[in-house]
Amino acid sequence: MSKFKKKQGNVTPGISTASLPDIVFMLLFFFMVVTKMRDTELMVKVNTPQASELTKLEKKTLVNFIFVGRPTDKYKGKAGTKPRIQLGDKFATTDDIPLFLEKHKVGVAESQRQSIISSLKVDVDVTMGIIGDVKTSLRKAGQLKVNYSAKKRERTK
Amino acid sequence: MSNEINAGSMADIAFLLLIFFLVTTTIAEDKGVLVKLPQWSEEPPPEMKLNSRNVYSVLVNAQNQLLIRGEQMKIEDLKNNTKIFIANPDKRSDMSENPQKAIISIKNDRGTKYKTYLEVYNELKAAYNELWEEAAMAKFGKNLTELTNTQQKEIKDAIPLVISEAEPTKFGEEK
Repeated sequence: MSKFKKKQGNVTPGISTASLPDIVFMLLFFFMVVTKMRDTELMVKVNTPQASELTKLEKKTLVNFIFVGRPTDKYKGKAGTKPRIQLGDKFATTDDIPLFLEKHKVGVAESQRQSIISSLKVDVDVTMGIIGDVKTSLRKAGQLKVNYSAKKRERTK
Repeated sequence: MSNEINAGSMADIAFLLLIFFLVTTTIAEDKGVLVKLPQWSEEPPPEMKLNSRNVYSVLVNAQNQLLIRGEQMKIEDLKNNTKIFIANPDKRSDMSENPQKAIISIKNDRGTKYKTYLEVYNELKAAYNELWEEAAMAKFGKNLTELTNTQQKEIKDAIPLVISEAEPTKFGEEK
């Protein structure tokens, strides 16, 4: 009897913070789902250009990334200052592209292999020479779906 | 005295995790201009007799200048001019007979900046996208995105996107 009576005092309790962990966890799960870990360190500077006609890359497992740009300050001594290709976590040349594509392909279910897209993340500062070589190499390897990574901007009038 | 475990620090732990994920992750912004490359073949492509009125040649040189059918043009004007060329509303004799026959041919130097190249490609794609949207409005009275797949295909078949890329010339290669 006395146990229940005591709680009915007139003291207004402070705001309960018991739900705070739930709210924070909700935020946490949201960020865990929408973000992805940067698994590879970028060894080349990549600042993608802007474009308006963009297509979203839906299935992440069906995408392989090819980075092209000038080596970052950290790698300048080793790799020079000319634009280089980065595949996975290594500097590469166009000759390495077929093997890189093949390695990615092995991890993809056979029925989905024709929907593999190569995402080219290329710096604005690069000239088309190296891109042309990459394109030729992709074509020779039969990888014809290519996505030039770009940032969103409005369509010109 | 209550014997419950104090859950007050739970929020702190969750915040710590939250901040960790905020810092270590980047929101994936994987968008880009989708392009389909032509099949590789060792033999030179078969000679095709094309009526020159149907070909819209776009040349981007190593100085990042634009030459359209032999005349200089600014990138800002490219989209609208391309649209006029494809649709040919005034039935001019030097523009495409019909959208089915129109071909965009793009050529660049090895020294062309990637930024300029992508901008040009983007404008050409924008021209087609706008034509499709206009066609969708005129034919079905709806936005292109609201149409069913078969309706979208019907529109895209009527105005097929044909952008052919020539082998780049060797000018201005970075040494």
